[in-house]
Amino acid sequence: MDESATVNSARGEPPTAEARPGQEPVRSKTSTVGKVFDPESVRGDFPPLSREVRPGVPLTYLDNAATALKPRVVLEALAAYTGEYPANVHRGLHALSERATEAFEDARVTVSRFLGAGEVEEIIFTRGTTESINVVAQAWGRANLKPGDEILVSVLEHHSNLVPWQMIARETGATLVFADVLEDGTLDVASVGRLLASGRVKMLPVTGMSNVTGATPPVAELARMAHAHGALILVDAAQSLPHGPCDVRALGVDFLAFSGHKVCGPTGVGVLYGRRPLLEAMPPLFGGGSMVLRVGRTDADWNDIPWKFEAGTPPIAEAIGLAAALEYLAPLDWPAIHRHEQALAERAHRVLGELPGIQIVGPEPARKGGIVSFTSVGVHPHDLSQLSDREGVAIRAGHHCAMPLHERFGLSATARASVLFYNTVEEIDRLGHAIGSAQRVFGIKATH
Amino acid sequence: MDDALYREEILDHYRSSAYRGHLTAPDLVAELDNPLCGDHIRMELAVGPDGTIDQVRFDGHGCALSQAGASMLAEHVEGQSLSTARGVTPEAMLDLLGVRLTPTRVKCWMLAWRAMQQAILKAVTSAASPAETTPNGDGATSLP
Repeated sequence: MDESATVNSARGEPPTAEARPGQEPVRSKTSTVGKVFDPESVRGDFPPLSREVRPGVPLTYLDNAATALKPRVVLEALAAYTGEYPANVHRGLHALSERATEAFEDARVTVSRFLGAGEVEEIIFTRGTTESINVVAQAWGRANLKPGDEILVSVLEHHSNLVPWQMIARETGATLVFADVLEDGTLDVASVGRLLASGRVKMLPVTGMSNVTGATPPVAELARMAHAHGALILVDAAQSLPHGPCDVRALGVDFLAFSGHKVCGPTGVGVLYGRRPLLEAMPPLFGGGSMVLRVGRTDADWNDIPWKFEAGTPPIAEAIGLAAALEYLAPLDWPAIHRHEQALAERAHRVLGELPGIQIVGPEPARKGGIVSFTSVGVHPHDLSQLSDREGVAIRAGHHCAMPLHERFGLSATARASVLFYNTVEEIDRLGHAIGSAQRVFGIKATH
Repeated sequence: MDDALYREEILDHYRSSAYRGHLTAPDLVAELDNPLCGDHIRMELAVGPDGTIDQVRFDGHGCALSQAGASMLAEHVEGQSLSTARGVTPEAMLDLLGVRLTPTRVKCWMLAWRAMQQAILKAVTSAASPAETTPNGDGATSLP
């Protein structure tokens, strides 16, 4: 494990390597050394896990990178708002509205704690990671980018952290420059350094975890590098946050984006975190109600943050549901979960490795999160996925909104299995069995 | 929907189709991608002077449904008239498979059909404009 903090190791995880030079080792609040996380302790909270996909076929849900299952408390929180106090927020003075406003703003506090943000006002509710990134690209970008400026990305990025930057670059005359992705599917940090040295980079949008290779770029180190060269850093935490709370201040990031539905919350809500000075300097992107203090016929005064960036009625139910999800996740034994997910990834590598002609796209388990993308000789990922579904195994196939990454590896599509804390060793074995079955349908047999 | 989808017939069309290959002098050609997943199909048709499709070949890469679909469509239209081929509806194409597909996989199966229709349409539009004559007298001039 390298010495630089990845998004999730910055908070509370006992280091497995030496402490960074000049720093005391961080001790986790709960003594968890060696403690094993038992997914059975949480599976009962997720209704779909006890259901059959079709008669006699249990669900083996391994598509968590696409979206996570929701625990019962999230369903209850959504039902409570929608059924008991479905009032609009901020503008009402009656009892229902006050209750809704309190729940909504409490949700904001919950998010700020999960991220380790310094101030609640630095948390903006959006529709998701994609919208959050677009807000920064457009609102920050239009005010700050000019011809000659550079945006430093890589092909490791999901389309949602690439296309918005393509668009703003075209609009402002800024240029996209690309760091390298190594053969093992990790970001080449040295190439980031070389590109930063030009002094022209203004923004480094980077993923906290690749949704294809599972690689976890060293965010704290990249933040230091970016700042040393006058650039800001935005972290796409869509894949990394489901694997544990983070600490945006310890990481030193300027912006961070994530989606509610991937952290076991509802769809339709996400978060943009931004440091206060940046958000205050940025003009709003969406205009309308709530983001104004005063409106005349031809102009308006903006509201303070965060509401400056929350035009119109926000996703109230969804934000309350997201808070319930984060409150469910926060007290879990994250260091033990990291070890558990690590073990699942190792087992996935092993069971897939026992099958003929499987190529995994990404580094070995120790250097990534719980995402395993792969190809098989003789069977297209679509067919792997379709046939796995027969055995109740849910995986995803295609380019996973990462076409440049697939092009980098000469592939048109991969199959992808992705775990979360509630997955089990048995489910990984079912994955191996399903892929083997799919291969046999196409006449590909194991040689041993 | 289970064994009917990956039945032997489909696998044979996928793995060892008699229609995979290229024509030396195709009259109608179209190439399409399924951008969702990288399926790729190229359809080539040789058309006789009376508008009969003498030969069909396909090439490409991708999932079993995209490739088998191309093969089964080629088998279906070879020897037919261009107008019959043009008249193959999406429903008829799906009937060749005979299994209900999810929307995502419908796109895989229909890729070859779209390519073929595009190839035929190119011939129709060039026939419709009097300034363009097809030098080797292919069937493009004789559609009703």
